[in-house]
Amino acid sequence: MVPADPDDGVMRADLLAGTIAGLDEALAAVDAFDQVLVAGVLRPQPAQAAGLTRLADAVEGTPLAAPAAVAAGRAAAGAATEEHLVVLAAARAAVLGSVHDALMIQIAEATGRAVGKEAASGQPGASQPGASQHRASLLGAGRSWLCDLARSGWRGLDHDVVSGSAPVVSAMLADPVLRRLATLLDGFAAELAACCPGAAAERVPARRWADLWSRAMLLTLPGAAATPVTGTATGRLLPLGVDLHEHATAVQAQVHAVFEPADGTGSRLVRASVCAPKPDTVVGAGVWPLLRPHLSLLAAVSDGRSMDLTDMPVTAEGDLIWSDAHARPGGPADPFATARVALPAAAEAVTAPLDRHPARIAVPVFLEGYAAGTDDDGLVFTVAGHPLAVDDDRVPAAGPLTPEAVAASAACIGLLRWDAGAFSVQPLAVETTGRRAAVHAGEWAGGATGTTGVKAEKAAADAVAVLRERAGRLLRK
Amino acid sequence: MPDWEKSSTARVIPPARPRKLAKAPFVELADGRLQGVVSSGSDIERVYVSSVTAGSYAFACSTNNNRPCGGARGSFCNHIRTLINEAVLQYGAGRVARYLRVELAEPDADSMTAAMSAARPAPDGTRAAATVFSRFLRHLAYLELAPVTTPVPELQWFPPTRMTA
Ligand SMILES: [Zn+2]
Repeated sequence: MVPADPDDGVMRADLLAGTIAGLDEALAAVDAFDQVLVAGVLRPQPAQAAGLTRLADAVEGTPLAAPAAVAAGRAAAGAATEEHLVVLAAARAAVLGSVHDALMIQIAEATGRAVGKEAASGQPGASQPGASQHRASLLGAGRSWLCDLARSGWRGLDHDVVSGSAPVVSAMLADPVLRRLATLLDGFAAELAACCPGAAAERVPARRWADLWSRAMLLTLPGAAATPVTGTATGRLLPLGVDLHEHATAVQAQVHAVFEPADGTGSRLVRASVCAPKPDTVVGAGVWPLLRPHLSLLAAVSDGRSMDLTDMPVTAEGDLIWSDAHARPGGPADPFATARVALPAAAEAVTAPLDRHPARIAVPVFLEGYAAGTDDDGLVFTVAGHPLAVDDDRVPAAGPLTPEAVAASAACIGLLRWDAGAFSVQPLAVETTGRRAAVHAGEWAGGATGTTGVKAEKAAADAVAVLRERAGRLLRK
Repeated sequence: MPDWEKSSTARVIPPARPRKLAKAPFVELADGRLQGVVSSGSDIERVYVSSVTAGSYAFACSTNNNRPCGGARGSFCNHIRTLINEAVLQYGAGRVARYLRVELAEPDADSMTAAMSAARPAPDGTRAAATVFSRFLRHLAYLELAPVTTPVPELQWFPPTRMTA
């Protein structure tokens, strides 16, 4: 394979078109298991027994082979225990992990960037501070609810099964160590509740719910959700853009950036995140005020500045564990200059073992010289004759970037993603043709500008004020 | 669109739409009911817990201290009407109508309220008020939880969407 020209940071979209050996078979095994969860494992039918066997066969030759075969057999007999279901979740995760790895190799060829050498640590079972008895029982309660889901299946969902998560999630949310799993379960349960009764649902998002279910199952294993800090970062941080995630009661902003260590070692890609719980009526640009006080980097993004880091904790996966005490504002830094000049030389971070999943792929890329057009599925950038789908639905309403601006763009900073069998690019910022003005999805992160943004922030602030007033009166009693 | 059933990031529920919360600080479609908390028009210290059950449209309304609402003896009181209006603002009429199983070609708050009233629903005897009120308090607690700067990789499965309710 010919790597992308390291001198121009533009991604080689043609190298994403190749087929990956074994990919279809791996995904077919995943789909087979996902259909098992659609019907549930309470009274398995022959089709489900076959689906379970298919998954177990897919991990043949790995350390999971023997336990997966046993778990599949017991589940097919309608006698799966919690441990068996954990093994099946692990087997499914392992298959998707191999898909992730194959996709990342293809992506590295397209971007021409080196993959970080540092081995991923963060083995399950790693350090987790005290009070473990209470935590262990909450994790157990979460796992027990997930097993109830697996037994009823998505088609057997009813309000009684779904509402079983509420007390567990409430208790978990209060503990920052369990926040990861709590946030997942909360968003998952809200979706399940909206689709009750499952028997009447028009269709079922089988891959998605099996993803969320198996991920949650693995996170109930003690220590699995730990995010071990493996070092510190001192040097210059050059932001590329902001990726926003949200469900009804949580929002996360993730800043992708190039980090240039002060010691002169090679630059690398890093992320900084902030995640806040929220009431479901705080939406759109109203989420930024919840996040802003905890990540000074958001203001730097809006101001077009770099930041200077001193001893910022960082994980092996390139996640900065942000604390404002370790950062101060730097000089002006245009993300497009960063994308053109600094991004090509930055090494890709490695992925934590548990995070090896195609949906977790979010690789910063720079695109230029493409033709923007549409096909039956929506917006497409044609890069050197090769079409690349543009996921403009992922452009958040919480910023000034719009699908229209993306469609009229000449250069784009984005995140390369993969879902449902295809690559796509999620735009983080574009330069429009003609005036070459830049528009960033995260432009309002540090402070909304323009009528729409200011109004949305005001509306959210009013909503929060009403809730606080109500809480003040009613929680006192 | 890629195959929805094989998409890890398939959008299942559209985000809520922002609305003013003064009239009804809490509205949700949960437990097979449209339920929520409606502020009293006259007493700032009082709220009403109101609900309508999907399918049967059985209704209930009482204060947070469990006193029955005088307006909800034989039919929907004003609190329940407010609840339906605010739910339509938050979730869109289509989603509320589907959840409550009100069959109308082009539902809006008024036509839905009329259609459910015409079915002469009975008062709901299940005493869900305490559950609804505790869910409201749980909802308020989201404001008190501290944000974290450790990454939550699971939120990669929850991208924003421009789809609206
Ligand atoms: Zn009433």
